[in-house]
Amino acid sequence: MIDLSSQVRPDSGKPAAIRSRRKKLTFDKVSFMVVFLGLPLAVYVVFVISPFVQAAYYSMTDWSGFSASMNFIGVDNYVKLVHNDTFMKALGNNIILVIVLPIVTIILSLILATLVTVGGSSRGQIKGLKNSSFYRVVSFFPYVIPAIIIGIMWTQIYDPSNGLVNGILTGMGFDEFKSFPWLGDERTAMIATMFVIVWGFIGFYMVLFVAAIKGIPAELFEAARIDGAGRVRTLVSITIPLIRDNIQTAYVYMGILALDAFVYMQVMNSGGGPNNSTLVMSQQLFSTAFTKNQFGYSSAMGVVLAAVTLAFSGLVFLVNRLTGGKDDVR
Amino acid sequence: MMSLKEAVRSGSVTVRPRKAKETKGDKAVAAVSHTMLLIWSLIVILPLLWTLMTSFKTTREIFASPFSLPEQWNFDNYVSAWTTAGIGSYFVNTIIVVGFALVIVMVLGAMCAYVLARFKFPGSRGIYYLMLAGLTFPIFLAIVPLFFILKNIGLLNTLPGLIIVYVAFALPFTVFFLFSFFKTLPDEIGEAAAIDGAGEWRTFFQVMLPMAKPGLASVLIFNFLGLWNQFLIPVALNTNVGHYVLSQGMAAFASQAGYAVNFGALFAAVVITVVPVLIVYIIFQRQLQGSVSAGTNK
Repeated sequence: MIDLSSQVRPDSGKPAAIRSRRKKLTFDKVSFMVVFLGLPLAVYVVFVISPFVQAAYYSMTDWSGFSASMNFIGVDNYVKLVHNDTFMKALGNNIILVIVLPIVTIILSLILATLVTVGGSSRGQIKGLKNSSFYRVVSFFPYVIPAIIIGIMWTQIYDPSNGLVNGILTGMGFDEFKSFPWLGDERTAMIATMFVIVWGFIGFYMVLFVAAIKGIPAELFEAARIDGAGRVRTLVSITIPLIRDNIQTAYVYMGILALDAFVYMQVMNSGGGPNNSTLVMSQQLFSTAFTKNQFGYSSAMGVVLAAVTLAFSGLVFLVNRLTGGKDDVR
Repeated sequence: MMSLKEAVRSGSVTVRPRKAKETKGDKAVAAVSHTMLLIWSLIVILPLLWTLMTSFKTTREIFASPFSLPEQWNFDNYVSAWTTAGIGSYFVNTIIVVGFALVIVMVLGAMCAYVLARFKFPGSRGIYYLMLAGLTFPIFLAIVPLFFILKNIGLLNTLPGLIIVYVAFALPFTVFFLFSFFKTLPDEIGEAAAIDGAGEWRTFFQVMLPMAKPGLASVLIFNFLGLWNQFLIPVALNTNVGHYVLSQGMAAFASQAGYAVNFGALFAAVVITVVPVLIVYIIFQRQLQGSVSAGTNK
């Protein structure tokens, strides 16, 4: 490259001109940089970064939003939060979600992805089951349905008297489910809600894992087969280690979603469920801010939520690294 | 490209040299796998079919016989959902908000990603990490201050206010995705454009942007799904019923249907919301699934 330009320079002045023009600040270049970088950054700083910073400050005040006065009260809000049993319950529910949801979703979608990619015949070419693209298309369906609609739909499906679930169960002869309130019973509300979230996301992660598995050279599977590895062994020793980074990414995405979970919870049990069994932090935050107008206090909840989210992502990266993965933070 | 590779791998394009014999074990495994996948497919499809079927029933029918086919297939529920429940106006609002937000965020995001990826200047790394921060922090932390920022500039409860917040929060993802995309475009193209006398502006709009089309398409699909589904931002920042978008309108309708009990219309409204997305999905499903892999396997 350099050789070429030094060869060219003596007889035609063009590349030299380009070089100097690139360094000089012409109007073209200045206006370009100002508009291209300045405009997006301005929007971003005003509407994303500055609210985050302000929230951190509000969390240390007793601001009620509409009063002009705002007293700095230090960490009082946080102390209050620790003694707030409802919020602690919500935090606990979030932690249950963040542990259960990613694990269940990833295991199920990984199994489905394996079946449609390498689950086929153990002779001949490595391939998936027949008609696997049909399953892939169908599985991905729920991902494109808005979360709010998924929630509304399943609320009706879980309906004690007219819902699909109890209809099928009584049809199969389980009469004790005739009017069982899946979302209204403390024992099942959380599990039923988690099922809905998993239902919505399995297809997405399945497609993600299918793509990852297809990225693995077929020779590796063939070699494993020649060495006598069965299907389970191939999954554990070949597939999982090779798509480990995708699993990590999936885990983080799904975990962040579980720490939010606002839409699903709000639509299926807007009051937090029986005995607050499905209450999550984001719901607490929302009602504290927009019905009780305690903006300082709710900002403290936001900071806790953010801290838990960051701690979670950090933990996933750390565990992956300690157990031998690449420390590839994207 | 993706689809071709897929096709080759899955064996639908290559001519198999000989028919591989299936062992007994294979048949058993295949049977079990197909059963599992079929059950899963049923779990996905049944709720959707049931919703579709119920949307044609009157509320009385829903209560009397929730599992039988409707006595007559009429569209009354759809009419009442579209007009009296206001789904029509929510639909229009959503299209306006999502449409404008998408155009703006694609332009701003592409510009920002292009500058960050192709120019070296002090602070470029810092800006990149600032964007990363926006991706990791939960939007809930920002929602209260955002409420007052919009209030102070007079955009609270307005569609433009909603649009600009949508743009701001879709920006980090867009920049990230396109950043890696612009990085892969060879330098020689920019140099060639410069030799031909194109300024920075022209290089971007007439050379770089068209070349980034596949990347732009992927981001566009993701942003569309994300913004179309957005719930928290409108619920918190757009409380004027006349400006409701589809997601919050549906939530309001659902909670109100609990009392006023027009379940038939509720199911119809659900179908109205789902069908356009499903049609788009079925048409673009290859492209979409390609995007998922492109977006996560960078």
